[in-house]
Amino acid sequence: MQKCIKNGPLAQLLNAKKAYPVRPEPWKGPPTVSYRKMFRNQYDTDVTTWSPAGRLFQVEYAMEAVKQGSAAIGLRSKTHIVLGCVNKANSELSSHQKKIFKVDDHIGVAIAGLTADGRVLSRYMRNECINYSFTYESPLPVGRLVVQLADKAQVCTQRSWKRPYGVGLLVAGLDESGAHLYYNCPSGNYFEYQAFAIGSRSQAAKTYLERKFENFTDASRDDLVKDALMAIRETLQGETLKSSVCTIAVVGVGEPFHILDQGTVQQMIDAFEIVGEQEGPAAEPDAAAGQEASAEPEQGAAAGEGVAPMDI
Amino acid sequence: MNFMASKQPENCLLGPESDSQRTLYPYVTGTSVVALKYKDGILMAADLGGSYGSTLRYKNVERMKPIGKHSLLGASGEISDFQEILRYLDDLILYDNMWDDGNSLGPKEVHNYLTRVMYNRRNKFNPLWNSLVLGGVKKGEKYLGTVSMIGVNFEDNHVATGFGNHLARPILRQDWHENLSFEDGVKLLEKCMRVLLYRDRSAINKLQIAKITEEGVTISQPYSLKTYWEFSAFANPAQGAVGTW
Repeated sequence: MQKCIKNGPLAQLLNAKKAYPVRPEPWKGPPTVSYRKMFRNQYDTDVTTWSPAGRLFQVEYAMEAVKQGSAAIGLRSKTHIVLGCVNKANSELSSHQKKIFKVDDHIGVAIAGLTADGRVLSRYMRNECINYSFTYESPLPVGRLVVQLADKAQVCTQRSWKRPYGVGLLVAGLDESGAHLYYNCPSGNYFEYQAFAIGSRSQAAKTYLERKFENFTDASRDDLVKDALMAIRETLQGETLKSSVCTIAVVGVGEPFHILDQGTVQQMIDAFEIVGEQEGPAAEPDAAAGQEASAEPEQGAAAGEGVAPMDI
Repeated sequence: MNFMASKQPENCLLGPESDSQRTLYPYVTGTSVVALKYKDGILMAADLGGSYGSTLRYKNVERMKPIGKHSLLGASGEISDFQEILRYLDDLILYDNMWDDGNSLGPKEVHNYLTRVMYNRRNKFNPLWNSLVLGGVKKGEKYLGTVSMIGVNFEDNHVATGFGNHLARPILRQDWHENLSFEDGVKLLEKCMRVLLYRDRSAINKLQIAKITEEGVTISQPYSLKTYWEFSAFANPAQGAVGTW
């Protein structure tokens, strides 16, 4: 009987290797890796769970999302603030995402990370500004708006049924006390800056800004825009700087917040001769649709998963 | 069992008078407030009277108060509503100070806040029965405005409430000019207050003058105006008017 089975078609069943171990392997002790790596995944499910090292991993992951978004930069002088961002489109067929929002005549914001979260926060900011204006007939001081925004972000780090906002905001605004540039984190922290850059490849821009920032306080408006364009060029890393690749917005004393139109930006690029090293100046002022073919993969700090569709 | 019909007290919450939880009439009222812009800021005058109908009942009611660092508020009308407004503004200034940043609410902001409050109360048919005068200086800019109990608000170089609108404003329209000195401003205000004292039945001869400049608020001690009653028309009032006594 057995001989039949061994040689016949059913032999496969007898000889097939077991798909599972018959007896589980003996426990050899905990994996011998670093303390940090070992415990990280145990404490990162919930935003309301601390790690033994005193960290909230969900909040840190949210800040990671900011680093994945395309770059946004801001710089200020005594009287003006300039915001700039790199336009990134999903494909050649689509238009690029809006990353700079006017919040009020005297406040504007540039975002990096989950643009949907950024849009929602912009709406909140606009609401706060308009309510204050209605009650007091006076513009809401930027410093106060930024604190309200930070407190809103903090709430999301302390509720088990919420998640932190995955967007970093560069808030530019004018106050009684002058021109201000703030950075709001998903963690609920905020900082004031002379100049700053966020998003992917922002370190290149930051290096440039660190070299130049001491001149910004007394710089003229046009010089400030030029520096913004140079900083954006740093993040492009070789790609040609054209007006279709970036968006620039300005707010200053006597100048309400507005986004510069593409023609003006292209003129400034040509005037300052800010172009990529490889090619000559691109002279055509393009419309907003992303025309360049570059679809370089984002080199963020996270594991190499590629860009999620919602992260622009 | 009780066969006697129970009589409802008048202030109960049942029946047609149940919504008398809202303001219907003023009870203790202050009369006019007069204010003008001068060289260094704002000058404001108001007497210390609180009338109970036609009785001049209270003679130590301060109707002008400083608000925050930059503003001065004067009120006529229901005194208890004025005290309520002061409580609202107290909270407002407190929260403003709690921000602890370089920003503070100026007279323009306070004026607009009051306008919103007055107008909203009016819409609910539960007004704060006051006419308010809000003056102040911030960063060198002088501001003088007024809000009524129905939410009408405007700014001007000189404002007044109540009888002051009819008796004081014409004097101010004639005699006010830009960059009045402090002395001239006080003289002008006293001229207005004297006319009000003669002609307004709810005015008393005990007033204060307040000044607000970039440095801050000063409210004078109460004092009286010199009056003259020996005008022939006062001495013999029936002379010109037949049938009067």
